Amino acid sequence: MADEPLVLGIETSCDETGVGIVRGTTLLADAVASSVDEHARFGGVVPEVASRAHLEAMVPTIDRALKEAGVSARDLDGIAVTAGPGLAGALLVGVSAAKAYAYALGKPLYGVNHLASHICVDQLEHGALPEPTMALLVSGGHSSLLLSTDITSDVRPLGATIDDAAGEAFDKIARVLNLGFPGGPVIDRYAREGDPSAIPFPRGLTGPRDPAYDFSFSGLKTAVARWIEAKRAAGEEVPVRDVAASFQEAVVDVLTRKAVRACKDEGVEHLMIGGGVAANSRLRELARHRCEAAGIELRVPRPKLCTDNGAMVAALGAELVARNRAASSWDLSADSSLPVTEAHVPGHEHEHDHVHEVSKENLYS
Amino acid sequence: MTVALHDGTDVIASSSQVDARRHGELLLPAVDRVLAEAGLRLDAVTGIVVGIGPGPYTGLRVGLMTADTFGLALGVPVHGVCTLDGLAYAADIEKGPFVVATDARRKEVYWARYADSRTRLTDPAVDRPADIAERVAGLPAVGAGALLYPDTFPNVHEPEHVSAAALASLAAERLAKGEELPEARPLYLRRPDAQVPKNYKVVTPK
Ligand SMILES: [Zn+2]
Repeated sequence: MADEPLVLGIETSCDETGVGIVRGTTLLADAVASSVDEHARFGGVVPEVASRAHLEAMVPTIDRALKEAGVSARDLDGIAVTAGPGLAGALLVGVSAAKAYAYALGKPLYGVNHLASHICVDQLEHGALPEPTMALLVSGGHSSLLLSTDITSDVRPLGATIDDAAGEAFDKIARVLNLGFPGGPVIDRYAREGDPSAIPFPRGLTGPRDPAYDFSFSGLKTAVARWIEAKRAAGEEVPVRDVAASFQEAVVDVLTRKAVRACKDEGVEHLMIGGGVAANSRLRELARHRCEAAGIELRVPRPKLCTDNGAMVAALGAELVARNRAASSWDLSADSSLPVTEAHVPGHEHEHDHVHEVSKENLYS
Repeated sequence: MTVALHDGTDVIASSSQVDARRHGELLLPAVDRVLAEAGLRLDAVTGIVVGIGPGPYTGLRVGLMTADTFGLALGVPVHGVCTLDGLAYAADIEKGPFVVATDARRKEVYWARYADSRTRLTDPAVDRPADIAERVAGLPAVGAGALLYPDTFPNVHEPEHVSAAALASLAAERLAKGEELPEARPLYLRRPDAQVPKNYKVVTPK
């Protein structure tokens, strides 16, 4: 529908420069430039390298997104940007770009929460989010269980990792197995040919007295590394495929078990899974299986929408516009630890009026 | 952080604040203020000039990203000016040689030698003051970096900080003469600290 809000979203919280354009819940463009190759030799994301790459990639990526969407910047109804959480310097590049772009075009600016965006992106795949929706977000940066009744105003954290993120565990095990960085896709590939029950790796925080919705992957990571080192010390060959499959099984078993339990406890009938680890084939499979058994409807966007991208930011931006939420002010700051309970960053009263004045003039002229 | 509006002949409005940690928040409101003071809107601007450093990376990127995106949205050219050149220009020294030095932190300065306010003799570099003492001995010096190290730079000239007014004036002068300005790309001078922080990529608040 042409009267649905047309929003451009900018995402730079980590190593992907993402610019997406959506109209309402329809994806029009999803342009991403990644600096992952520049980080690979360090075995992780180097903040200064990421910030430098964002600066270089931003303008070409905005250009690419506009071309892909076949829209003119003048027709946009708003510019959305990840205000946090994420790497401070990386976020700042995106926030600076979004502010300048919105200001120069005379459009309202919406600073949004990265985690809420990961949830909202599912609207581009499966239509309007059911309210409430349970969300399991898993990536190199996050492992969280969130309950949302309104993605623009009410996202409640139920649980999170108490140590490493799930994706980090994948990276570290891949490193121990000399499989390179990032670890997620390569572990997934090896695991397909391995036996997931070959080695009984521990399931963190699954005891009766443990917090029901929190995660821990640090102990698992250490257990797997020890197991591999013991094999090597004994001069035996490491069964890479079985290790990958058994490790992966331990991770996805805990993730899906806790997510389904949270749905049941809260009486929520819809579970969405997002974040880079949602691309993991075994996670998708086991989640489908367990949700079916529990009568829960599972929503997992296609892998490209699960990893960090600008479309998810645009999706949340469009929802903010559609629900008449307040725009951000021109002094919007990047907040590396923006709490998930703040789905967006509305401006202060007086400056908010000003933003609206500017936008009105240009939107309908 | 400094913003100015130049009409090709004169600076018509400007704003400067020294707050190294809040560039990201302050820049757009400052642009807005300067335009309001001149009674203009951003789309009246026909070109953007941005300091390309050397300078602290975070602030440098805020300026460059803002300039780049203004250029994209307005369809106007974006020109770079070396930040040290802006200081040399503002110092208004007709006969050199002299040195411009800014604070590079980590006990180092960003610096270059000048023949006069419009002529740079060396590429911008980053060094410990003691290591360049011989090369700058006896020369007047401009900038906050010089003030910090009086042993190396005993003879300090104004100004201490660069102003957008000086960058814009210098750029306008060069463009009027048909000279090319540097690309609007950052002069980092140092390689990135290639260290993966301990909790890398952890963006979920604990
Ligand atoms: Zn993410």
